[in-house]
Amino acid sequence: MARRASDAAVPPPGLTVLAALGIAFIALPVVGLAVRAPWSDLAALWTPATRSALKVSALVTFGATALALMFGLPAAIVLARSKARAAPLIRGLILLPFVLPPVVGGIGLLAALGRHGVIGRGLAAIGIELPFTTGAAVLAAAFVATPLLVLAVEGGIRSLDPRLEQAAAAMGASRWYVLRRVTLPLLRPHIVAGLVLAAARALGEFGATITFAGNIAGRTQTLPLSVYETLQSDPGAAILQALLMVAVSLVAMVALRGRLLSR
Amino acid sequence: MSLDVDVGAHRGGFTLDAAFSARAGDTIALLGPNGAGKSTLVDALAGLIRPERGRVTLDGRTLDDGSEHVEARDRPVGVLFQSLLLLPHLSALENVAFPLRSRGTRAEPARRAARAALDRVGAGGLAGARPMRLSGGEAQRVALARALVGEPRLLLLDEPLSALDVTARTAIRALLRRELAGFEGVAIVVTHDPVDAMTLADRLVLVEDGRVTQSGSPEEIRAAPRTAYAADLVGVNLVTGTLEPAGDGTALIRAPDGVVACVPPPDLAVEGETVLGVLRPADVSLHRDRPEGSARNVFDGTVRFVSMEGDRARVGVDTAPPLVAEVTAASLRAMGITEGSRVWVSFKALEVRVVAV
Repeated sequence: MARRASDAAVPPPGLTVLAALGIAFIALPVVGLAVRAPWSDLAALWTPATRSALKVSALVTFGATALALMFGLPAAIVLARSKARAAPLIRGLILLPFVLPPVVGGIGLLAALGRHGVIGRGLAAIGIELPFTTGAAVLAAAFVATPLLVLAVEGGIRSLDPRLEQAAAAMGASRWYVLRRVTLPLLRPHIVAGLVLAAARALGEFGATITFAGNIAGRTQTLPLSVYETLQSDPGAAILQALLMVAVSLVAMVALRGRLLSR
Repeated sequence: MSLDVDVGAHRGGFTLDAAFSARAGDTIALLGPNGAGKSTLVDALAGLIRPERGRVTLDGRTLDDGSEHVEARDRPVGVLFQSLLLLPHLSALENVAFPLRSRGTRAEPARRAARAALDRVGAGGLAGARPMRLSGGEAQRVALARALVGEPRLLLLDEPLSALDVTARTAIRALLRRELAGFEGVAIVVTHDPVDAMTLADRLVLVEDGRVTQSGSPEEIRAAPRTAYAADLVGVNLVTGTLEPAGDGTALIRAPDGVVACVPPPDLAVEGETVLGVLRPADVSLHRDRPEGSARNVFDGTVRFVSMEGDRARVGVDTAPPLVAEVTAASLRAMGITEGSRVWVSFKALEVRVVAV
């Protein structure tokens, strides 16, 4: 058979083997869960505890993603455009939660917003106590999720043609109008990518949440915390819960990733 | 004058210091080599940068002076950008409506005006298309519609033809000529191509190193170009050197790369004066053999290039100084002259125009 020029885009067989190894490495734990799961007890999964953990997780993921957008989008735009000498330092700072162990982030949040924290003391004085509330779980997840949105949007800004915004200004657009009608629409795919990454990170968040928000069923106990707790007493049920997380995450990733890549 | 410009600005290590004026209905070509400051000047006129000194007035209204600065959005200026810069996420119609919308016109009237502008430039059928799907010529039409849409009093066209292929260029050139002829405000065409400048504009403003070095009609500049760039643009030979009067009314211009005989005006016939000798290529004769006759300037050399322009040929010869002759294609063929031919070149001293530098 004649080889067509487009065959050049087909990866060599060696690479395909390595790719299969990579995919297997990621898939293996999932397969492990599926094999070890006590499928006959499936009905036992749908307990009120699981349902409430699922609900808290949904709330926390949604809230944290919204906060990541609110905090991260302006920060990403301003930092990417800033010529200030401190900008690289601040750019590094805002990415810190990305590399920090989440537990450390949780301790930091406690130190700032806890009952005796720097700001928490003031909040407590006016009757607001954050720690060990659903709000705290949202904050903890937003803390670790925001850098991902910042990274995605900053990358997008760098790929923008700055002349388009200059042209818009020359056509009479105010800075807000340029932002609204030119910059943000052009950044849309990158913002969506950032949102997906932030949501995924918030959904899986564990360390900062348990430190700052605790593990209170119905209030701060998200699915990952619930899996961890169940593992102590009933490993079989924990595996089923873990599979539930896999299912939820997989659906979210596949659905959103398709939208992302098709723009 | 309808437009009066006299501005100075710094950008990086570059200094702009330029002045010119234009009447309503005029088309001015801002002509200069790359990096001469044309874009900075355009940005200043569009209101994107604030000149550090000087003033800009349009129809009697001050757009810039030391204290005042009218923002881009409040200027009646339409811009066609180099490389167009159509917004990729908007349709052609939305692109054309953009300058109106950004200045506060409501959606429906803006769309109507945009549609009319697209029709006017022959792009009515492209209203719904995204810029990525447009050909170079189509995109240029949409960009022109966008520049014209607000009925601006000042139209800035930055390199409107440079990105187009030959076919599209001819069509867009005709469109531009038509639109510019009917345009009632001041139009400024920025270009580095003398042909574009001369076909589109009534007057040329030459910008070199951030300064206006000369302005006038192409004929005026051709008659007395002030810089080598100006002379080259309008296609004339230029010899810069010091004058050596011979006493009989004639003189020699001693240039680093050769000597030319001329007849300077009496007030210029001063020993050691630095002058430009300007010689139209059409006044230069070509010969296969050494010519006998009255011409004081006779040189021999090798033909470096022959460039055909219709039924005329421009022939570059590496005489000292190097010269360009313009002859008919027919006589070129009759003499059998091609690149590399040995030829003689002659012209009268009287044909060298002498200009003080």
